[in-house]
Amino acid sequence: MTTAPPLVPYAEALERYEPAIGLETHVELGTVTKLFCGCPAQFGGEPNTHVCPVCLGLPGSLPVPSRAAIEFTIRIGLALNCSIAEWCRFARKNYFYPDMPKDFQISQYDEPLCTDGWLDVMVDEGDAEPQHVRVGIERVHLEEDTGKSMHVGGATGRIHGADYSLVDYNRAGIPLVEIVTKPITTAGAFAPAVARTYVAELREVVRSLGVSDVRMEEGSLRCDVNTSLAPRGSGVLGTRTETKNVNSLRSVERAVRSEIERQAAVLDAGGTVALETRHFHEDTGITTSGRSKEEAEDYRYFPEPDLVPLAPPREWVEQIRRSLPELPSVRRERLQAEWQLSDADMAALRNADAFDLVAGTVAAGASPAGARKWWLGELSRRANETGAELAGLAITPDQVARVAELVSSGALNDQLARQVIDGVLAGEGTPDEVVAARGLAVVSDDSALTAAVDEAITANPDVADKIRSGKVAAAGVLVGAVMKATRGQADAGKVRQLILEKLT
Amino acid sequence: MSELTTMTAADLSAALRSKDVSATEVTQAHLDRIAEVDGRVHAFLHVAAEEALAAAEQVDSRRAAGAELGPLAGVPVALKDVFTTIDMPTTAGSRILNQWRPPYDATITTRLRRAGAIILGKTNMDEFAMGSSTENSAFGPTRNPWDLSRVPGGSSGGSAASVAAYEAPLAIGTDTGGSIRQPAAVCGITGMKPTYGGNSRYGLIAFASSLDTPGPLARTVLDAALLQEAISGHDPMDATSIDEAAPPVVAAARQADVAGLRIGVVTELSGEGYQPGVLSRFSQAVELLESLGAKVTEVSCPHFRYALPAYYLIAPSECSSNLARFDAMRYGLRVGDDGTRSAEEVMSLTREAGFGAEVKRRIMLGTYALSSGYYEAYYGKAQQVRTLIARDFEAAFGQVDVLVSPTTPTTAFPLGERTDDPMAMYLADLCTIPSNLAGNAAISVPCGLAPEDGLPVGLQVMTPVLADDRAYRVAAAAEAAFTERWGHPLLASAKGLDGASGLDADDTKGAGR
Amino acid sequence: MSITRDEVVHLARLSRLALGQEELDHLAPQLDQIISAVARVQEVAAEGIPPTSHALPLTNVFREDEIVPCLAADVVLSEAPAVEQQRFKVPRILAED
Repeated sequence: MTTAPPLVPYAEALERYEPAIGLETHVELGTVTKLFCGCPAQFGGEPNTHVCPVCLGLPGSLPVPSRAAIEFTIRIGLALNCSIAEWCRFARKNYFYPDMPKDFQISQYDEPLCTDGWLDVMVDEGDAEPQHVRVGIERVHLEEDTGKSMHVGGATGRIHGADYSLVDYNRAGIPLVEIVTKPITTAGAFAPAVARTYVAELREVVRSLGVSDVRMEEGSLRCDVNTSLAPRGSGVLGTRTETKNVNSLRSVERAVRSEIERQAAVLDAGGTVALETRHFHEDTGITTSGRSKEEAEDYRYFPEPDLVPLAPPREWVEQIRRSLPELPSVRRERLQAEWQLSDADMAALRNADAFDLVAGTVAAGASPAGARKWWLGELSRRANETGAELAGLAITPDQVARVAELVSSGALNDQLARQVIDGVLAGEGTPDEVVAARGLAVVSDDSALTAAVDEAITANPDVADKIRSGKVAAAGVLVGAVMKATRGQADAGKVRQLILEKLT
Repeated sequence: MSELTTMTAADLSAALRSKDVSATEVTQAHLDRIAEVDGRVHAFLHVAAEEALAAAEQVDSRRAAGAELGPLAGVPVALKDVFTTIDMPTTAGSRILNQWRPPYDATITTRLRRAGAIILGKTNMDEFAMGSSTENSAFGPTRNPWDLSRVPGGSSGGSAASVAAYEAPLAIGTDTGGSIRQPAAVCGITGMKPTYGGNSRYGLIAFASSLDTPGPLARTVLDAALLQEAISGHDPMDATSIDEAAPPVVAAARQADVAGLRIGVVTELSGEGYQPGVLSRFSQAVELLESLGAKVTEVSCPHFRYALPAYYLIAPSECSSNLARFDAMRYGLRVGDDGTRSAEEVMSLTREAGFGAEVKRRIMLGTYALSSGYYEAYYGKAQQVRTLIARDFEAAFGQVDVLVSPTTPTTAFPLGERTDDPMAMYLADLCTIPSNLAGNAAISVPCGLAPEDGLPVGLQVMTPVLADDRAYRVAAAAEAAFTERWGHPLLASAKGLDGASGLDADDTKGAGR
Repeated sequence: MSITRDEVVHLARLSRLALGQEELDHLAPQLDQIISAVARVQEVAAEGIPPTSHALPLTNVFREDEIVPCLAADVVLSEAPAVEQQRFKVPRILAED
């Protein structure tokens, strides 16, 4: 079933073929209630407890759309520079499936709410010059999510070979926004990176709008990737495949790459690429054939008769436009200028997923340099050690800002500050609480320090001699000894100054 | 037969409020009547005797406690088995629902309960409201109280027959292509299809969502108005519900006056295919209205001839989608699940076993009309015809206040005559369908007996959208004049059930004259 | 002929109806007759005529984003043909969409 298809090495594939990609991204909206009923739209819950006659599709029940879901969709559309339809309708997409309570999905077909926009992304592949790409947005529309099936029996708990399935309809009816790009035909070898960067940027835009928590791992952002190849210079679009089940940024990139390599092999062998759905496997990084689109269901779309048309008044649309927050790309440019960072510095921040954390820390009063130092240094190291995401650490930008403030005021040195961070991460409270509980404070009292310095000189006569003979660099050994003796609480600069005063 | 069962709802209401009779007595009398005749009529699929008596007792104790009773408090009503009821099974006349117990009440059900109306039970219907004879019920046909060998019309045949058989003074039906008006006409009672969106569809098991309209059936126009006023009005659970004040239909039914009203006779709704007795009674009705001071003209609605084909594309298309949910996964029948078959196979086997022939025909027809490659030629064209029909109405209502036609081309036909001839069956809705496509209000009121078979004929009065009150006003005027001419209500001539105990056979001539 | 027997078989599959041979023999000519009759809508010159999907010209009917109590799980599952682990138990599903 999942035997690896023959592949052509990526660089070689690109010599002969031009890839075209397209992305369909589903975002679960963070409305309080579902799209067409008053059940909670939150993730999870005991099975079949977030349901009512409407989202169970019981006979006689009728949908009534949520104003908030429409508004959130318009927000996304406006942020993606789309036109907002003056009049449009929901449509029924008819197909039988056990996780779909009505055996049709209320969606939008030829009259989407938002059309014809774009999203600018900056593709930075390290060695090459960062590339600006404008990704065209075909449409943004609203639809309802399905229930969730659990497959029981068989070897793997997957759908194939299962004995039966168990369905939970809690997710049924949660509002989903589908964002469809126009074909991206000019990315060339960058196609996989463009795909990843687009999804990453889209995720930031949607998050900044406050309309979804866009967590790929929880499925509140899901991605289908279309890929096709055409012979170089032919100027046509090849037959596309639609790869589903692509649920991380890295997988988006890998799926495109893998499809380019596979389709090149098919075409090289004189074959034709089948128009089909393919599934991406996280473990192997390859795609396998799913349902053929040739014999696909005929969805028999028609206007949803239970719902009246949408005609968002222009003043409503303009009011939503005025309420849009500063978009991530604009904000990044502004802060990069304010913080006086190079493009490389910015890239480092974004690659570490530290941009928002640093911004938050600066907003809480820290200097940009101080904020970057802590997040990219000590905190990134901690996150790496524990395998956690940076944003997942048990410390807030506000708290990091307080640590930075204590350092810059001289109340802490870096070594003590690391101990404060230890305490915060260990759940001992706020930085100030940790400082108080652990009794951490820089010792700068001259008499106490002088005694410690004298002791260090006495204990290390040969080092003292070296310094006296002009080898000032050796002072570090004595500073270290003093720091150790004071358990890090001394001000290292002050210690060095005292040592040099005494010995030179 | 108890006198309580022959009283109108309005009279029962007055008697209840003046404490001449208790709700329990009224309810018991109707339950007795059902026990007496429903074995022959088969109007009911479920009789909720206990629940009905408990509800009646509540009305009586509220009255005893000094509460002011509403107009329908203590008045029995029969509910078409297409509305969900939390305390009774709901079948939509289909095996596939497998005596489903819904976990919620339809809005209409809730409003009836709040009004204190006593729901006697659930009435028989063509499966999923698809049919014009009630023969498509999975649970056997209902018979026409005028002649038990004939159909009561459909799909609300159970509701119409229950009222005509004095089993209930009032009944709720639904009208998608004529399913209230046509059975009302052939059972000799009044039936109203209100403006689409005037009555909530929440909890009404959908046949064709853009056409389905709940409405009242009753033995008098005023009774129908009383029932409509109790159930109509905006419902936030139905996005297609009109958020405006409901038309004052009870006042209009009491007004019963057509003086100066401009009445248009629709040219296209007569002629070939119409039973002579239907046409003659219709002509007499028009003359009667003229004699009451109405100005009658003939009006052409050229696109009405395309209403029937457009309807038989739109309604099946919507039904093919609406009925997809009966898939054996969450409720209702499940057939063939032996542990080896796939969900898809179990769905197909269940739907094959659970749906009747007409439902299958329409599902397949709708699936065809919506298929890619056929959509524009069929569904798309039908939607354009819908626009043209609405424009015909608009133009006509620019010239006249109401339009009239026979309700049906023929009187009640014999059981079995059209069951395997779908096209012949579909013709029964020829006159009623245009108002479903355009969404306007239309009422059917008895206008006499066809001389050739002695069976009732209905007069249809169509009005603009939201002018439901005008339909009641005209129908009530016609009813009053006819009753005066005949010397009794038309239904008093019915002899199918109470032939010997009924009225003098000569009386039938009154209405036939 | 406006519809062939093969098309009727295809429609039955799309509609999830396991029609028997005899039933197909009976249904196919009936559907053919009905389709021929309803095809009359094509006689109407419809140049520039907008389609009507809703009888009344209502627009923008919404609900506010407020929670309404859900059904209890035992009520939700009470009519299910089969239940396991508080979920609807359904036969094996052939393929993921």
